[in-house]
Amino acid sequence: MTIDNNSNNDKANQNIKPPPANTVGIIGWIRKNLLGGWVNTLLTLISIYILWLVLPPLFDWALLNADFSGSSGKECTTNGACWAWLDQRINQFFYGFYPPDSYWRVNLSLILLLPALAYILFENLPYSTYGRWFALSYPIISAVLLLGGVGLEGVTTDKFGGFMLNLVAGLAGIILSLPIGVVLALGRRSKLPLIRVFSIAFIEIIRGVPLITLLFVAVIIVQLFLPPGVSLDQLIRVMIMITIFASAYMAEVIRGGLQAIPNGQYEAAQAVGLGYWRSMRLVILPQALKISIPGIVNTFIGLFKDTTLVIIIGLFDILGQARLLQTNPDWMGKVDHETFLLAALFFFIICFSMSRYSINLEKRLDTTNK
Amino acid sequence: MNENSAVIEISDLNKWFGNFHVLRDINLSVSQGERIVICGPSGSGKSTLIRCINRLEEHQEGRIVVDGNELTHDLKNIDAVRREVGMVFQSFNLFPHLNVLENCTLALIWVRKMPKLEAENLAMEYLHRVKIPEQAQKFPGQLSGGQQQRVAIARSLCMRPKIMLFDEPTSALDPEMIKEVLDVMVDLAETGMTMLVVTHEMGFASQVADQIIFMDEGLIVEQNTPEEFFNNPKSDRTKLFLSQILSH
Repeated sequence: MTIDNNSNNDKANQNIKPPPANTVGIIGWIRKNLLGGWVNTLLTLISIYILWLVLPPLFDWALLNADFSGSSGKECTTNGACWAWLDQRINQFFYGFYPPDSYWRVNLSLILLLPALAYILFENLPYSTYGRWFALSYPIISAVLLLGGVGLEGVTTDKFGGFMLNLVAGLAGIILSLPIGVVLALGRRSKLPLIRVFSIAFIEIIRGVPLITLLFVAVIIVQLFLPPGVSLDQLIRVMIMITIFASAYMAEVIRGGLQAIPNGQYEAAQAVGLGYWRSMRLVILPQALKISIPGIVNTFIGLFKDTTLVIIIGLFDILGQARLLQTNPDWMGKVDHETFLLAALFFFIICFSMSRYSINLEKRLDTTNK
Repeated sequence: MNENSAVIEISDLNKWFGNFHVLRDINLSVSQGERIVICGPSGSGKSTLIRCINRLEEHQEGRIVVDGNELTHDLKNIDAVRREVGMVFQSFNLFPHLNVLENCTLALIWVRKMPKLEAENLAMEYLHRVKIPEQAQKFPGQLSGGQQQRVAIARSLCMRPKIMLFDEPTSALDPEMIKEVLDVMVDLAETGMTMLVVTHEMGFASQVADQIIFMDEGLIVEQNTPEEFFNNPKSDRTKLFLSQILSH
């Protein structure tokens, strides 16, 4: 018996061969993705040619021929980029008009954001119970840090600016729009007519109006309805509108996910005695949100970029700072490309990170091929 | 049977889907420990009938009383009934985002409020009983249909129901896997569980059932012991059905 088994194993092993060398590894990847067929090969060659046309001059302009020192645009004399303003202005690009001796408060709240995010985004971290509580209380902690109170000097929101303003408005919108979107999506599928009609009306009205219109409403018209003497901070109004706008889109994205869940899942959850809310929280939403990840991240990224619209209430976010510098007599005509490039880079880093994280999350949540 | 020991009492049950009269004047009494197989052609209302028993479907007329709780719009009664009634579906309906063990412990932890460790021990006990303890950490998508259905049975049993409903539990399975699921169901029947089984597995019916109910067009056409049902069917419709189902 043993001998038989061994010989069978040997036979089985004999038939297992490694794949041909040119189909795996780097060579295999290149053959498959870059040189697979004449169309692919042609496209590869064209791409290489375009990169060769674009990259070296860009590199020359941005780094090799660039000016890095000087106190005004007049000192930028080469035909490369003018980065001399970075030295004086980078703080404004990042902090706006926040009082310089309080920059540490912005920095601290950004540093604290990392562990808070980590505890929400990743599982299996040590001290996860404390971590989650910390993550939950993070919005309050950072609000106190940024706005002042509890012994810290008060800073009004009109001092907020630069990329920090985009981050604050964007994060607040992201944190709030997901739960509001979930509630609206469930509301739209509710059996109770009042809740359903309200959700549909809310989603359709908000989605049917351009964001900039909503922002004007928030800034100009809302004031007319508030009793005299009462005023709501301008930045908070804008953040509420951006959040509401994103929530309406979010609701539809999540509704798509909910509709993809087979009816049997609802029935099985009911049959084991989970009520409506527990069925939703434990069975339906985890699956629906997983399906909706691409759409959710899409909405997040859109929301984050929409924060540049704070310019209409006279706040200078990173784009506002760029425009401000471009119209400054010292730098006029010298820094148009450079300032926008920097703003684009900031946005790209954040948006691309969100995109990569979502791909990672999708892979981690995939239970079919583990 | 003693009238007091009835765990399910259905009287004058009527149900419509829109204008379609799917259940017509159904009367059925099931005693503790009784095993009933319901068969009939598709569209005869047999699935709808057992889905009414845990209110996955609402009935419009008549009374359904399960273990002393009448099914009405009162949510408390519905919850009480669902705690006592387990259900196994044709398409398994395991929760794909949870592993096998979590599928079994979910309701124990959230509905029965059982501590996690205790719930896991109980779940493992039932996974042993359906003979797949070694799959506890896998996800449903990695299991064969027969294994998934056995997990679904274990998931229901964990809640220690008084009554188990089976809605065509083997209809979505390959022939090889039907046996492993039926074996589990036969084992379960031997423990004295009250079972209502919608199935076309006539071998299982004759081996396990106390009563066989034959339904057609929303009516209970015939209700009898397996011996009488197979050897001496009363109605022509039953004879036709049996000749078609047993002809292969």
